[in-house]
Amino acid sequence: MPVQDYEVVIGLEVHSELKTKSKIFCTCTTEFGGDQNTHVCPVCLGLPGVLPVLNKQVVEYAMKAGLALNCKIAEFSKFDRKNYYYPDLPKNYQVSQFDLPIAEHGQIEIDLEDGSTKIIGVTRVHMEEDAGKLVHAGATISQADYSMVDYNRTGVPLIEIVSEPDMRSPEEAKAYLDKVKAILQYTEVSDCKMEEGSLRCDANISLRPWGQKEFGTKTELKNMNSFKALVKALEYEIERQASVLDEGGRIIQETRTWDENRGVTLSMRSKEEAHDYRYFPEPDLVPMVIDQAWVDRVRESLPELPDDRKKRLVAEYGLPEYDAGVITASKDLAEYFDECLKHFKDAKVIANWVMGELLKHLNAGDKDITECPIKPEHLAGLLALIEKGTISGKIAKTVFEGMWETGKTAEKIVEEQGLVQISDEGAIAAIVDQVVTANPQSVEDYKAGKERAIGFLVGQVMKETKGKANPGVVNKLLKERLDR
Amino acid sequence: MITKKDVEHVALLARLELTEEEKEKYTQQLNNILEYADMLKKLDTENIQPTAHPLPINNVFRSDEAKPGVSNEAALANAPSKEEGYFRVPKIV
Ligand SMILES: [Zn+2]
Repeated sequence: MPVQDYEVVIGLEVHSELKTKSKIFCTCTTEFGGDQNTHVCPVCLGLPGVLPVLNKQVVEYAMKAGLALNCKIAEFSKFDRKNYYYPDLPKNYQVSQFDLPIAEHGQIEIDLEDGSTKIIGVTRVHMEEDAGKLVHAGATISQADYSMVDYNRTGVPLIEIVSEPDMRSPEEAKAYLDKVKAILQYTEVSDCKMEEGSLRCDANISLRPWGQKEFGTKTELKNMNSFKALVKALEYEIERQASVLDEGGRIIQETRTWDENRGVTLSMRSKEEAHDYRYFPEPDLVPMVIDQAWVDRVRESLPELPDDRKKRLVAEYGLPEYDAGVITASKDLAEYFDECLKHFKDAKVIANWVMGELLKHLNAGDKDITECPIKPEHLAGLLALIEKGTISGKIAKTVFEGMWETGKTAEKIVEEQGLVQISDEGAIAAIVDQVVTANPQSVEDYKAGKERAIGFLVGQVMKETKGKANPGVVNKLLKERLDR
Repeated sequence: MITKKDVEHVALLARLELTEEEKEKYTQQLNNILEYADMLKKLDTENIQPTAHPLPINNVFRSDEAKPGVSNEAALANAPSKEEGYFRVPKIV
């Protein structure tokens, strides 16, 4: 059966490092980088006889994220030990939460490319400690003779957000991850930098024939280090599972790792992969009892969330849903947009430029909006010059380039490069005359009813004036001249 | 009832290599321990909440303050094998 004969079922597990100053159970710094094994202490190294003490900020951040994901906060919550043997864990167990997580039963709305939305369930949010980093003495883990461990990240607080298996395509999975990331950034509980590992995503995926009620056997995909990798890994796995099923094979429930270079998922099956975590309550930490007053306090501290901000942009400024969605997908981009609005009134024009030239340049330069060389008030200044007719929309793109390169204001660039629009009818009329005389064929075509020929003549006038002629005036004068 | 197979399974999970005699011995010992703990089953726990912690304490927190940890030298002082400031571990897979 071709791929489209199967329904795809996807659930995501998102891990996000929380933005605390210190680790979850000790006072070591969470700062990124640092020489190996210098942000460590007896507690996070798992030395005998030490006692963990919970960082209150971690609980508050987890509650904040839980509430922003529309979860119910647990009245009673505790930590458990998840036992597994791997050298990135100094204790051979990870302190996590098993049956009584901090938050459960949430949901978020995701935005799809066709403009529709869909509700995705959030099963739970729980707190846990991050593991260390392994460096293998060899090209890959299996080729390495030995490995080396850095425990700086060990004990950095994480929340794991588990979704319901509600997604039906890689696109929906990406939209879900986009929204989770936006929510975590808006609530300022995490930086969500995938490249620094502060946002990570594993995916559970299975296929079933359309109409079948039961889920098919799933595989768990790991090691996707970007949004693009998530989509590509899911697409690959759909093809792989479909061909296994087509041949009458059975999907094996297993963990598979995404190999970015080869563009394939590979089985991680091995003896060590016996998923037997033997969870039990962490005896070194006491339970948490969370009363309504505390929940209310955290709820009151929530900022405006992406969906509300989007609705506000639509309601207050009449922006199309799509534009508002793109702009509010990142808190920083939304702030940039708001800043522009303080200096220029036409929200739709700002949205066009932000979503067009600005995002195009940011993506091409692999830059974040916070690294944008053009200040919002300067972009607003550029738009004001177009509105006043000082420059044409076409020249504005040249000016934008200059602003991007130099960080100067639009006025400065226009002045330096002499880009002021020519609106003087006398000056333009002379060039119109010249162009009409030089292109008798086009003039004839136009007179014969080929309206399009005027476009060529307009283009010639613009070329003569290096794009500085006011297009409205050019059109008007050309028409007058030709219709004479 | 713990079987020899269970002992082999937990031994694998704990990376313990056991001799045949040890497997027999631990099967017996683990069963004795569980039998002893079975005494608890005689209690009526109908209306008792599961215990999350033996002490009646909750909400013990510290504030989010970072302090310097230990030096790299101190961190690695007891490591059986180290390299360039890292803990060195045997081949993983
Ligand atoms: Zn520490």
